[in-house]
Amino acid sequence: MKEFLLSLLNDETIVYTVMAFVPLVWVIPFALFAVWWERKISAHMQDRLGPMRTGGWHGWSQTIADILKLIQKEDIIPSAADRKLFILAPYVVFAGSYAAYAAIPFSAAYIGSEINIGLFYIIAISSVVVVGLLMAGWASNNKWSLFGAMRSAAQIVSYEIPVALAILAVVMVVGTFDMQQINAAQSGWFWNWFVFQKFPLLFLACLIYFVGSLAEVNRTPFDIPEAESELVGGYHTEYGGMRFALLFLSEYANMFAVSAVAATLFFGGWNSPFGEFLSGPWWGFFWFAAKGMSFIFVHMWLRWTLPRLRVDQLMYVGWKVLVPFSFVIVLGVGLWVMLAR
Amino acid sequence: MEETLTAVDDITARPVTVPGLGRPLKTEEMVINMGPQHPSTHGVLRLELVVDGEVVVDVIPHIGYLHRCFEKHCEHMTNYQQVIPYVDRLDYVAAMSNEFGYVVAVEKMLKIQVPERVEYIRVIMAEFSRIVSHLIAIGTYGMDIGAFTPFLYCMRDREHVLDIFEETCGARLLYNYMWVGGLSHDVQPNFAEKVKAFCKYFRPNINELNNLLSYNKIFIERTANVGVLPGDVAINYAVSGPTLRGSGVKWDLRKNDSYSVYSRLDFDVPVGKGLKGTVGDCWDRYMVRVHEMEQSVNIIEQAIEKLPAGDVQSAIPKRIRPEAGDVYVRTETPKGELGYYVVSDGTASPFRVKVKGPCFVNLSALPAMCRGAMIADIVAVLGSIDIVLGEVDR
Repeated sequence: MKEFLLSLLNDETIVYTVMAFVPLVWVIPFALFAVWWERKISAHMQDRLGPMRTGGWHGWSQTIADILKLIQKEDIIPSAADRKLFILAPYVVFAGSYAAYAAIPFSAAYIGSEINIGLFYIIAISSVVVVGLLMAGWASNNKWSLFGAMRSAAQIVSYEIPVALAILAVVMVVGTFDMQQINAAQSGWFWNWFVFQKFPLLFLACLIYFVGSLAEVNRTPFDIPEAESELVGGYHTEYGGMRFALLFLSEYANMFAVSAVAATLFFGGWNSPFGEFLSGPWWGFFWFAAKGMSFIFVHMWLRWTLPRLRVDQLMYVGWKVLVPFSFVIVLGVGLWVMLAR
Repeated sequence: MEETLTAVDDITARPVTVPGLGRPLKTEEMVINMGPQHPSTHGVLRLELVVDGEVVVDVIPHIGYLHRCFEKHCEHMTNYQQVIPYVDRLDYVAAMSNEFGYVVAVEKMLKIQVPERVEYIRVIMAEFSRIVSHLIAIGTYGMDIGAFTPFLYCMRDREHVLDIFEETCGARLLYNYMWVGGLSHDVQPNFAEKVKAFCKYFRPNINELNNLLSYNKIFIERTANVGVLPGDVAINYAVSGPTLRGSGVKWDLRKNDSYSVYSRLDFDVPVGKGLKGTVGDCWDRYMVRVHEMEQSVNIIEQAIEKLPAGDVQSAIPKRIRPEAGDVYVRTETPKGELGYYVVSDGTASPFRVKVKGPCFVNLSALPAMCRGAMIADIVAVLGSIDIVLGEVDR
């Protein structure tokens, strides 16, 4: 990618700037259609239809219509709110979610930036989202928003630990943080995928990672910060119009980022499940997207099935259940790798 | 009201000292408002929460946002039958039950006997209204806890019942169907088969609901051992209905103070047993409602078998002028014991119609259930009492 653009533009700075916008080509249409999918999937699970008219066929352009509506809305900032933080917060949340896309391997031929600590970078940069949420909750000058933001911060920070440990288990097997190499190590048929290796340890690691990632993106059953019936909207109560749209979009971007990491680490990333059959740079992108989207489907499926946990129960699950299990798995995988050497 | 407490350490139970402060750390209780507009207060209810951190110290409900001067209106009606649409709008979710109580009260004052067919149809409609009300209670309770899907399943099942209501009297939610002395319309010829079809359709759906929500671990964690109302406290607060039965007290007016033809029908009265936690917690109250729906289906099946032929409008008096006096009649609505105290001064217009609303009384027990709970639990407890502000405020 970089060489191709360099040959076109001949200036490194411009090349890097252009490359920074390339994942947007995926993220923005994905977020738009993810909202539509969520509405259709939730509708069919609830024995109803969902959007049917906007755009003609099953309401496919419903989100585009919503975005156009939100753009027209009056920009309301509460008078007692902290203006600078209030305005900055959605951008910080979006930056945290979007920056992770720099190291996500969409295909064998494309990765934003091939750094050898790619995975570590992704986990680190997506923590910036917490700062944005706290800013949003504090700057709204609303007791309920503050509650929501505080709970969200506690939840995300607590669940990063089992997520990091689950990832550590995979890293121990591969020996590197480099995302493309992790992908390459799973080439071949689907039984080479890490979710089936070192059975059942990495399978459990995958489950722990998935549950932890639900908490990272504030999805049910961990959606206390946002859909809480008692906090109205949590940290985004006071946000309207495009600011709210940006927060919403960042949530879906974050959802895909964690799903992409799950697909890469455990399910073979851009590898075809049939070995050499149906593989190649473009097929790789297709498989990667398909795997990511099936995780997104599971996210949505869970949201519309399960009730939500109370804050203290959520912390209990994170610290007293997931963390000990993930420690045991890390130990187990480490021993296995060492003894198998 | 300025109350400062001394912060006490959770583990050592001694006052918290901050180095350099020179005195123990004083904290204050915070007053938060769960305002009249709120996704989970089931209507316009204002709850003033006095919290110490996350723990609730006191809950003060402020009601009256839906007060519509019902009782004052009744005094100016020209006719006892005119009150019935107003009575519908008390507990607007289960309108048939409200009508039932009122017409039984006035018929008792007039000392008239309605035909058997009327009695059975009234019982069927009241039990349908119980099913409808509990479906809403269960659905919205699931939504409060965070599960959005059971609400839509409950609404889907409810639509079937509303179709039956619409075929019978033309209205889906507020019926003006039960009149003093009879009913406004006889049921359609296909009533029996529609009712039987519904009963057959609905029973498996209760199982589906149980699988999805009632026995879900997260739901149980959120509702078991939360908002415990002991049986004796419940009786002292004059709580009634599923809220009382969830606390282990077996008291149902359809059995204990039977009216209409309930004494001829065979059904159980479900009572909370503390299966998942303590007796009288939110889960018990919720499960009592689920089981009551099953029992209602039993009652409806029996009643539709026994439904005699006859005329539903033969006993409706031309002029309703009861002799001076008063009567108090109580019936078992889905929310609890609904009482009508009707006073007549001998004219065609009621002198006074006082309603004892079960939701009003059940809501008064809310502070007792919430002390020591966390803010997230307030929503769970309020949903489990199942209030409808129309009845609380009238």
